[in-house]
Amino acid sequence: MSPALILQVAIGGVLMGLLYAVVAAGLTLIFGLMNVVNFAHGALLMAAMYATWLIHRSTGLDPLLQLPLVAALLFGTGVAIYRGLIARTLQIRVNGAMVQIFATFGLSIFLVGLAQLVFGSDFQSINASFLGGRTLALGAIVLPLPLIASGVVSLLVFLALFRLSRTEFGRALEATREDFEAVALIGVDRDRIFGIGWGIGAAAVGIAGVLLANFYYISPDVGTNFALIAYVAVALGGFGSILGALIAGLVIGLTEALTALVVDPSLKQIGIFLIYLAVLMFRPRGLFGKL
Amino acid sequence: MAEPLLRIREISKSFGSVAANVDISFDVAEGEILGLIGPNGAGKSSLFNIIAGEIVPDRGEILFAGQRISGIGAVACAKLGIGRTFQVVRSFDSMTVLENVMVGAFLRARRTRAALRRAEEVIALCGLAGRSDTAAHRLSPPEKRRLEIARALATEPRLLLLDEVLTGLTPTEAREGMQLVRGLRAQGITIIMVEHVMEVLLPLVDRAVVLNLGRKLMEGVPAEIVRHPEVIRAYLGDRYSG
Amino acid sequence: MVGRAGRALLSRRRRELFFGVIVLALLAALPLGVHGAYLRGLIVLALLYAGLSQAWNILGGYCGQISLGHALYFGIGAYTSALLFTRVGISPLIGMFAGGLLSGLSALLVGIPCFRLSGHYYAIATIVIGMMAALLASNWDFINAAQGITIPFHGEAWQNLQFRTAVLPFHYVMLVYAALMWLIAWVIEGSRWGFHWRAVKDDVTAARSLGVSIYPSKLAAAAISGAATGIGGALYAQYVGFIDPESAFDLSLSVLIALPAVVGGIGTLWGPLLGAAVLIPVQQLSVAWFGSAAGGIDLMVYGALIMVLALSRPEGLVSFFHTRARQEVIDHG
Repeated sequence: MSPALILQVAIGGVLMGLLYAVVAAGLTLIFGLMNVVNFAHGALLMAAMYATWLIHRSTGLDPLLQLPLVAALLFGTGVAIYRGLIARTLQIRVNGAMVQIFATFGLSIFLVGLAQLVFGSDFQSINASFLGGRTLALGAIVLPLPLIASGVVSLLVFLALFRLSRTEFGRALEATREDFEAVALIGVDRDRIFGIGWGIGAAAVGIAGVLLANFYYISPDVGTNFALIAYVAVALGGFGSILGALIAGLVIGLTEALTALVVDPSLKQIGIFLIYLAVLMFRPRGLFGKL
Repeated sequence: MAEPLLRIREISKSFGSVAANVDISFDVAEGEILGLIGPNGAGKSSLFNIIAGEIVPDRGEILFAGQRISGIGAVACAKLGIGRTFQVVRSFDSMTVLENVMVGAFLRARRTRAALRRAEEVIALCGLAGRSDTAAHRLSPPEKRRLEIARALATEPRLLLLDEVLTGLTPTEAREGMQLVRGLRAQGITIIMVEHVMEVLLPLVDRAVVLNLGRKLMEGVPAEIVRHPEVIRAYLGDRYSG
Repeated sequence: MVGRAGRALLSRRRRELFFGVIVLALLAALPLGVHGAYLRGLIVLALLYAGLSQAWNILGGYCGQISLGHALYFGIGAYTSALLFTRVGISPLIGMFAGGLLSGLSALLVGIPCFRLSGHYYAIATIVIGMMAALLASNWDFINAAQGITIPFHGEAWQNLQFRTAVLPFHYVMLVYAALMWLIAWVIEGSRWGFHWRAVKDDVTAARSLGVSIYPSKLAAAAISGAATGIGGALYAQYVGFIDPESAFDLSLSVLIALPAVVGGIGTLWGPLLGAAVLIPVQQLSVAWFGSAAGGIDLMVYGALIMVLALSRPEGLVSFFHTRARQEVIDHG
């Protein structure tokens, strides 16, 4: 096992980790906003991937060019989910969190079933995209272009999210999270803020979906595994922390890749789980968690 | 002179850079009603939490019935006989009034029937008898305060810490509350009350300790406190420049 | 001398017990009216999940610790019993208690580090631990890794918990299991522990101020919940005659264990039974009617049902029968 190979695997892991981080960022945004863990997150990722595939098949539009389109689509979906489903659960006094978990969980099952119905259970993939199958060689290190592209876009997404937190809207989000009853008193429309928050969270996942569709297989179940990693990333980074999502995603991507070098690939997630549990023992609220 | 029930010795606690309590010392005699007063930020809640075992002080010691209690934790304090209410009511919302109080009663009673009996006693004492079957979250705010007291009372405390139980009540409700507190003392329970508003507190207490900006300003009988210029300044400080 | 309010509480408890006996009798008589292996099998599964979910409810509903990794205990119970039977020849009647003991211990081991975590962090930690178990089990040759363990038929006998046609005897086996779980929950509801656990669920700080020790409460609830789940797992293994990591440790199983309690009424006595009675038939029948033919519709039906129930009856199906439960839950603002 040459140092070059290890480096290649490591960089690949980091790039993948950036993608995980984007998915986690969407999740943590929603949670940070209203204390709701969105169990339909994986299904949203899957939806975005199918949307990309479908658009590519019917119009030939390259996935990278679809980014704004699918992001907007998922944004709308996020808002719709908030208004149609989540808004109603916010009034529930006892066991509110449970109801939200299971409402979004039911949604997840529903969406997976829908995908199975419409697209069938077979794997799909996008073969003829602009970057698909092409690689970049840096000395002895060879990396797939789609992966590099997704890493770059992911970084841009985080930049955007960090900028967003500094804008007026970002601060409104923060204020609404801190005390949404007080915020209502000063005229901030809670539903609008939450709706937009859900929209952004879903859009983030949508972007990740487009990037993934470029090089990953697409099936109704594809969201489950990524969602699980996202939940771990969010818990590891700390619920509600965007920075935490970024760091955790990177740690997870790297750990997963390096673990696969050492153990049987089917066990590669063990590394992630162990790190996660170890961190939680010392920091029960994750690395940067405030909630 | 009997040994004081509670001895607070140089208690200090900081939260980050904020000094909530600095060198607080005073005694509480068994059977007395002591008032703890001071403006916002004086350190009353912090001190309460320290006495009840919820927070560990940075420095100092507390002796309850001769035993050191700082650092033993809230559960141990409850078992020793320190009961408390919370400023922001913390009712068990999934349970009825009766069930709420039974949780407290179960501290001393092992069997359900015994806990039931004790809970009913206490509920009657606190004037909540008609609401036993009501879900806790559906009570009115004054009723919720009484539930807090009833619940703590069910643990058979020797010392009861009442955190702003008379705040924001109508005059009638406040009168009933004061009657209740006097009734508790008549049963032999020592009481420390935090109150914001002096007019409500001073007629009720035997003595009072005044806190300001984390320190003890003075202690004494109500008549002394009311006249003390520093106390007045602490409360109306904004009106005096410099 | 217990007063009026106390008498009301005690008589309510007696009524519940009385009602429970009636339901038990009805369920025992059910096979007389329901024929056909498929429907009977459906009921067996529903009863199993009623028991499993009630076991989960002890930790999740009464004590408020939402575990999404209960399949771990199910699997440990199932594998322990299966291994003891197939390799050592020990009767599952004993094996299931061994399995229960091991799963109870596991619940303690999991709880000790994990109960320091709050709410969502705890839930995700349980998911992770469950998935780790699944991964490890799939690669552990001692237990046959991913191939699983087949329990060969040793002859019809109660001692073996094996029968030529398993459906009818197992109706009663699972009924006893579900009934016992119900009874445990009923006892807990009226006991000191039960009150402590519900206090822990509602407000930890207030509970502490009343002398309730938080950690021991959670651990006790976890141990009982885990052990009970393990016993259910052992029973399942004998019923189906086969156990593998996917059927024993999967995340979807963990969710399926929790779901009936949530849908039926989390933290209530009848919730898990009601929830299982609705969810299991819907799920199984959906798969049967829609499953392979028009793939996906079964999931859509199932998912839609969960969403509808979560929105319309967040306090659970029990509220159809019990208006008090409904009032307690909805915030009238």
